[in-house]
Amino acid sequence: MSDHDITLTVNGRTVSRRVPARLTLIDFLRGELGLTGTHAGCEHGVCGACTILVDGVAQRSCLQFAVQADGHEIETVEGVSPRDGSLNEVQQALHDGHGLQCGFCSPGIVMTLESLRRAGGDGEAMRAAMSGHLCRCTGYQGIARAIARLAGETTDEVPAHG
Amino acid sequence: MKPPPFDYVMAETLGEALDLLASLRDEVQPIAGGQSLTPMLSLRVARPGVVLDLQKLGELRGIAPVAGGGLRIGAMTRQVEVLESPLVAEHLPALADAMRLVGHFQTRNRGTLGGSIALGEPAAENPAFALALDAELELRSAGGTRTVPASAFYTGPYMTERADDELLVAITYRPPAHARIGIEEVMQRKGDFALSGLVACIGTDGRGVIDDPRLAWFGMDTRPVRAAAAEAAMRGRQLAELDLAELAELALTDTSPIEDSHGTPEYRLAAGRAIFARLFNRLLA
Repeated sequence: MSDHDITLTVNGRTVSRRVPARLTLIDFLRGELGLTGTHAGCEHGVCGACTILVDGVAQRSCLQFAVQADGHEIETVEGVSPRDGSLNEVQQALHDGHGLQCGFCSPGIVMTLESLRRAGGDGEAMRAAMSGHLCRCTGYQGIARAIARLAGETTDEVPAHG
Repeated sequence: MKPPPFDYVMAETLGEALDLLASLRDEVQPIAGGQSLTPMLSLRVARPGVVLDLQKLGELRGIAPVAGGGLRIGAMTRQVEVLESPLVAEHLPALADAMRLVGHFQTRNRGTLGGSIALGEPAAENPAFALALDAELELRSAGGTRTVPASAFYTGPYMTERADDELLVAITYRPPAHARIGIEEVMQRKGDFALSGLVACIGTDGRGVIDDPRLAWFGMDTRPVRAAAAEAAMRGRQLAELDLAELAELALTDTSPIEDSHGTPEYRLAAGRAIFARLFNRLLA
């Protein structure tokens, strides 16, 4: 099994490590860098919990190897959250719309929506992209509400109990 | 769910990739976008000695029109690039419709057209679309290049005509003149592989007479299959005079649906009948 020296940018920080070829990017982020905000769910590309940004584009971190990220720019949920502990625009919309309960799927959803928000994606594109995220708590209604707010489709107040 | 140990090589040039394939042959597994291969490694259904990464090979990316109508697409072109391409929208919009059904937004951002076609998943959209268009698949080895029509490419589940020392480098689609092209499928959830899927490419003489009909099922056999009997029955007929119910039954005679945890053969046949009607009603409208 080959080992490789890699240098990549993670949340704006340059990181250099030696990794075995078979180490997935999700295990690298969580195990090597301690960035446990990215969640490992199904680990075969179905659930979407591990979604991160690679060069600004939403991708599964369980469907690529750390060695393949050499030279690339990675962003995780830790990187898009304000350092003062407040919420970014996507996180605030999910909070306001009751778009989460247990929170396991949320980091992935935040990253997908963050990538689309930056790219100027509309509500339809955001809703379509939710097919790539399994949420077992919300029934997606709260997420759909959050997207409607994020995309500027509505400014309605959300009822207190979702 | 962790992959077994393997050696990893990032190919810097196409020549280097082909030389490695020539020397190590079936010990090497090329990886394109890895959206199917990575889980296959994690599930240990694929156990290559060497994983050969093609992502730096810029010459395998890009979309260009070809003389006589059609498109040549580099194998490493990402699915999202095909989906959003103005050239695809202009020359072969049905390919974008098919791509919208491939996986999810997040997997299309990394998955490639060529990876999907070369893997040959029996229930995937891209192999069946290539089959219905009888796309030209350009295979390159250190010894040279040959072109295999999609109709001769798929030999079994995940089995293709690609030799161990070859790479799929480009796919050329040449839609017939005056063709009506479309795709329909039934899946459990959006983005899943199809329980039953159908691509139709119906070439006509421009006056409504069918002269080049091609139908390709996916998820209905151990590989994507053409519906030869139904194609023969359509040839020479007017679009307006097709008996769709009869044609659907004929088209299903060329399938052999499998039984698995997602559905029985009977269910898949019923789904095939339904999407046949849905697709033809849309294409003939």
